Amino acid sequence: MPFFLFILFFLVYPSSTLVIGSFRDDAGRFTFANILGLRDPFILGAYAVSIRISLFTAVGGAIFGFLMAYAAVRGGLPSFVRTSMMTFCGVASNFAGVPLAFAFIATLGRTGMVTQFLGAIGLNPYDAGFSLYTVWGLSLVYMYFQFPLMALIIAPAIDGLRREWREAAENLGGGFFDYWRQVALPILTPSILGTTILLFGNAFGAYATAYALTGGELSLVTLRIGDQLAGDVGNMSQGLGYAMALGMLVIMAISVAGYTLLMRQSERWLK
Amino acid sequence: MRRGTLWSWLWIGLGVIYFFVPLAATFWFSLQAKLNVLSFQSYVNVLKDPDFAKNFSASVLWAVSAIIVGVLIFVPTAYWVRLRLPRVRPAVEFVTLLPFVVPAIVFVYGLVRTFSRPPLMIINSPLLLVFGYTIMSMPYMYRAVDTGLRAIDVPVLTEAAQSLGAGWPTVMLRVVLPNIRVAVLGGSFLTFAIVMGEYTLATWLVKPAFGPYMYELGQSRAYEPSACAIISFALTWAAMGIMQFVGRGAPGGVQVAAGH
Repeated sequence: MPFFLFILFFLVYPSSTLVIGSFRDDAGRFTFANILGLRDPFILGAYAVSIRISLFTAVGGAIFGFLMAYAAVRGGLPSFVRTSMMTFCGVASNFAGVPLAFAFIATLGRTGMVTQFLGAIGLNPYDAGFSLYTVWGLSLVYMYFQFPLMALIIAPAIDGLRREWREAAENLGGGFFDYWRQVALPILTPSILGTTILLFGNAFGAYATAYALTGGELSLVTLRIGDQLAGDVGNMSQGLGYAMALGMLVIMAISVAGYTLLMRQSERWLK
Repeated sequence: MRRGTLWSWLWIGLGVIYFFVPLAATFWFSLQAKLNVLSFQSYVNVLKDPDFAKNFSASVLWAVSAIIVGVLIFVPTAYWVRLRLPRVRPAVEFVTLLPFVVPAIVFVYGLVRTFSRPPLMIINSPLLLVFGYTIMSMPYMYRAVDTGLRAIDVPVLTEAAQSLGAGWPTVMLRVVLPNIRVAVLGGSFLTFAIVMGEYTLATWLVKPAFGPYMYELGQSRAYEPSACAIISFALTWAAMGIMQFVGRGAPGGVQVAAGH
């Protein structure tokens, strides 16, 4: 089958190169030095920053995206709100990379339009210590595709909450909080957690956005791997690059596995 | 107005602000290329730049090639799995989701390290980029095709065509493909949107493309990058819009009458 040949050649083969490369020194002998080399504070730091940004934007995006999706689906708003929200979210969640970075530079960069506007009314965020080119700025940028993705994925799950459940809860004397704590949230939790993990991976693997925004200044794993490719790594061995890439793969594989498990769990009640 | 409704509007309103403020600001910014007067000068500069035409058309070529390769590989596979190998479906579905596990930078790292040394020195071939994009778009393309196939009765259609004397090419081209064209178009536009502004693969495989061009522009110019961001956003918007417009014809809705 051409399909499997294709996959084997362009997905499995390069991945196996990564795995093999991670356990080889520059002379081609077997070694654990590369994996152990990941303990280097410089690399660990990059992982830590990447994970922190991804966690932060995943949780933030999940909360905001959920509230928005719930408002659009069950908030008692006219139905056009929902359809347009889904369209906008579809576009926004696909708008990433270089153009997204440019959009935020034009908005909240040092000479961005919103920065200028706020400066004109005496509230220049850069005077207050804000900078777009930091972890916080980058998080703000990532949020642009994170919360729409959450809203897109979680909306069908919210749809699956049957009105009867709420009525049943009310008939049994339960109030607003009882319903949420004992019915809606337990049912939605797997979907919410699963999607949050998906958002985590989404931010964790992002390269182009971060690179275009900070020019590689920030210490993220993806940017460090890019440095490796560029050969701009000082005294680091090539094996270490393999190991960093493998580390990313492992983290991504764990998140996707978690996502799949949780989504299977959520199908028990929804759909 | 009920309190709940008020809250709903609040969250929707915040979402709208987050969505539109950067766009509006970017657009406004892109109009400032001439001192003290609003103009479309930055757009003119970009569109007149011969490098823009070169890189942009290169990206279109990559996108279209990736779509063609994707259709050629994924449609027969999904069809064959549905018709003859339903048992391997979970495995194939798992494989099609693998690109989600591999971030673009890790993927390109693997490609560069693998194909820039013997036995396979194909790093300089544009085919590598096209195949890379095909892999990247696989989760979307394969799923779209598979969903399209779910809506039609594959075995019945195949038998009907074969009993009328059709060979495999005829079955694929004149029976299967037309029946899932909406799904295929949906996957294609999504692929197009993904490839057009893509930066990571293109830059490390050193090919002309719109993404790296935009990045370079960002290093040297002030207002043109915003113009590019707006152009790129319009492209995403157009691809998504066409996708929804095409999808309105309820995928498979027509076919139900024939099968069931």
